Amino acid sequence: MSSAATTPGVAAAAEAALLEIREVAKRFGTRDVLTSITLNIAAGEFLTLLGESGSGKTTLLRLIAGFEAPTAGEIWMGGERLDPQPPYQRRVNTVFQNYALFPHLNVRENIAYGLKVKGTANVEVVDRVSQALAMVKMTGFAAARPSRLSGGQQQRVALARALVNRPQLLLLDEPLSALDANLRKQMQSELKALQREIGITFLFVTHDQEEAMALSDRIALLRDGALEQVASPREIYAHPATAYTAQFIGQTNVLRGEIRNGIATCGILRWPLEEADGPALFSLRPECIRFSPEGPRRNTEVKFRGAIHQQLYAGASELLEVDCGAGQVLRVRVPACGSLTGKHDFVFSIADAIRVHE
Amino acid sequence: MYSRTYKSLVSAPPLLWIAFFLLLPYALMFAHSFWLVQDGVLVHHWNLDNYKKLMSNPVYLGVLFRTVRIAASVMFCSLLLGYPLAYYLSFHVRARKELLYQLVIVPLWVSYLVRGYAWKTILGSDGVLNGVLQYLHITHEPVSFLLYSPFAVVLTLTHIYTPFVFLPIYASLEHIPRPLVEASQDLGAGPRSTFVRVILPLSMPGLLAGATFAFVLSLGDFLAPLLVGGSSSTMIANVVQSLFGAAYDWPLGSAISICILILIIGLLFLTERLEKRWSFK
Repeated sequence: MSSAATTPGVAAAAEAALLEIREVAKRFGTRDVLTSITLNIAAGEFLTLLGESGSGKTTLLRLIAGFEAPTAGEIWMGGERLDPQPPYQRRVNTVFQNYALFPHLNVRENIAYGLKVKGTANVEVVDRVSQALAMVKMTGFAAARPSRLSGGQQQRVALARALVNRPQLLLLDEPLSALDANLRKQMQSELKALQREIGITFLFVTHDQEEAMALSDRIALLRDGALEQVASPREIYAHPATAYTAQFIGQTNVLRGEIRNGIATCGILRWPLEEADGPALFSLRPECIRFSPEGPRRNTEVKFRGAIHQQLYAGASELLEVDCGAGQVLRVRVPACGSLTGKHDFVFSIADAIRVHE
Repeated sequence: MYSRTYKSLVSAPPLLWIAFFLLLPYALMFAHSFWLVQDGVLVHHWNLDNYKKLMSNPVYLGVLFRTVRIAASVMFCSLLLGYPLAYYLSFHVRARKELLYQLVIVPLWVSYLVRGYAWKTILGSDGVLNGVLQYLHITHEPVSFLLYSPFAVVLTLTHIYTPFVFLPIYASLEHIPRPLVEASQDLGAGPRSTFVRVILPLSMPGLLAGATFAFVLSLGDFLAPLLVGGSSSTMIANVVQSLFGAAYDWPLGSAISICILILIIGLLFLTERLEKRWSFK
């Protein structure tokens, strides 16, 4: 907010951490759901916990909300230890996956719930509830029962019910997963706009990588209860640390090969690379490969020839599956260009083959 | 869709059953309540004397009042036992839920008479309870108010009807989505506040159903007063029983039955309205 030039991610990283998760682990019986998670969330940040189902992302959210206690580690918020506190004392609010609106209360009473239980003065309750209703554009539905509302409307009420308490941290547990595709896109942009406007820290859980990319300042990718990578969407896409990350976020070609005497070899592809000898793994995004122009190859590029054996049309672009021989198939994304067959020359820049870990 | 013949064939047996075994007997009883008995013979002479007698004789009104009091006590006591039990089982038991549930239900398989006699042996002057009290030198002679008193009737009926109260309450508690409880805590409500604001209102239909069971079933009970009640706790069903039996005054018995029937129908109507008011699906 203070400096106009900073991007949200940079601004968030510069500020002090609001939430500190210190070596938190959670075991259910003999199953380790989370193994030593350490993660800081900055004030005002929009951080997404991304992962497949069973990766532990919802469990981490529930630890922060207070519905589960960590087996090991500590959670701190604003200089105060959070994990021994019961959920009703934490300045954290949650938007639940299926909204969990109270069926016996109407929209206004649902939103007023948090203020009422804390004994807020009636005048203030009325005031803040109508503000919250206006914020999520639900003023006309104040007297309606939740069962009369559509999924998107229930979603808005759940959001208002949480935000009216002015939490320091808002937890969102796959809040958009119950909505159909169009409404989902619309709610994504509303959610993002709302977060910018009110400046509350959002911790958002999803299994949808596109949603994570679109909304977040930073993404924390979870895999089998451990953090795989934490970075901004652009960073995590351009420089995935592992093959798993590269494949989970967007599409990629994982090239498996080795480096020997300053030459990287992956199947028929070879290029110079001054790194230590040994086996190596690279991620090469389909859009980094293009048709090779006529003329000689530049030094910074790798050229190869392959047969198109499948073409998937996607409107603005096409995804080609190119058989390079010897069982090596690469996916190539090119601008829409009409039907293609036969062998073609392709090229990619060496810098786009990102070395990744297993 | 189904043909008309099929529909009438399927619906005929239950309709006939209801007509012959419910509506007809009630109609007969209703008619009887306006007739009278003269010199030991039933006379089909239409009059309102039975109802007048009922309203003017303080004995009948007294018994009716006592019956309502006993039924209300049973309802109150079985709610007091049944609700916490159902709540505990639904929200706090994980491992042995099924077993505990069965333990609550098992008494239902035991004959009413057996349970009645069991209380007799527990509460009697040479019963288990008095034996223990004297053995411990808490009392020197048998305590007499234990058996043959309204207390014994309320105790026995509470024992018998608590499972009936437990079941609908347990069902309604089990139907409360657990995220609602978490949402309430998340919004700052402690356990007590969450109970009052979320759990209790959402279990209201079950609570009302259970309360109705206990009250209505106790209201028409005549075995418990017979077994453990004695003359001080005669209930209205005992009066009806004796009027239809030894006293041979079917018209007056019918009149009392009709009054109870109206009372109960009114009550069921009321609780159904209340249950609708408290259901939100």
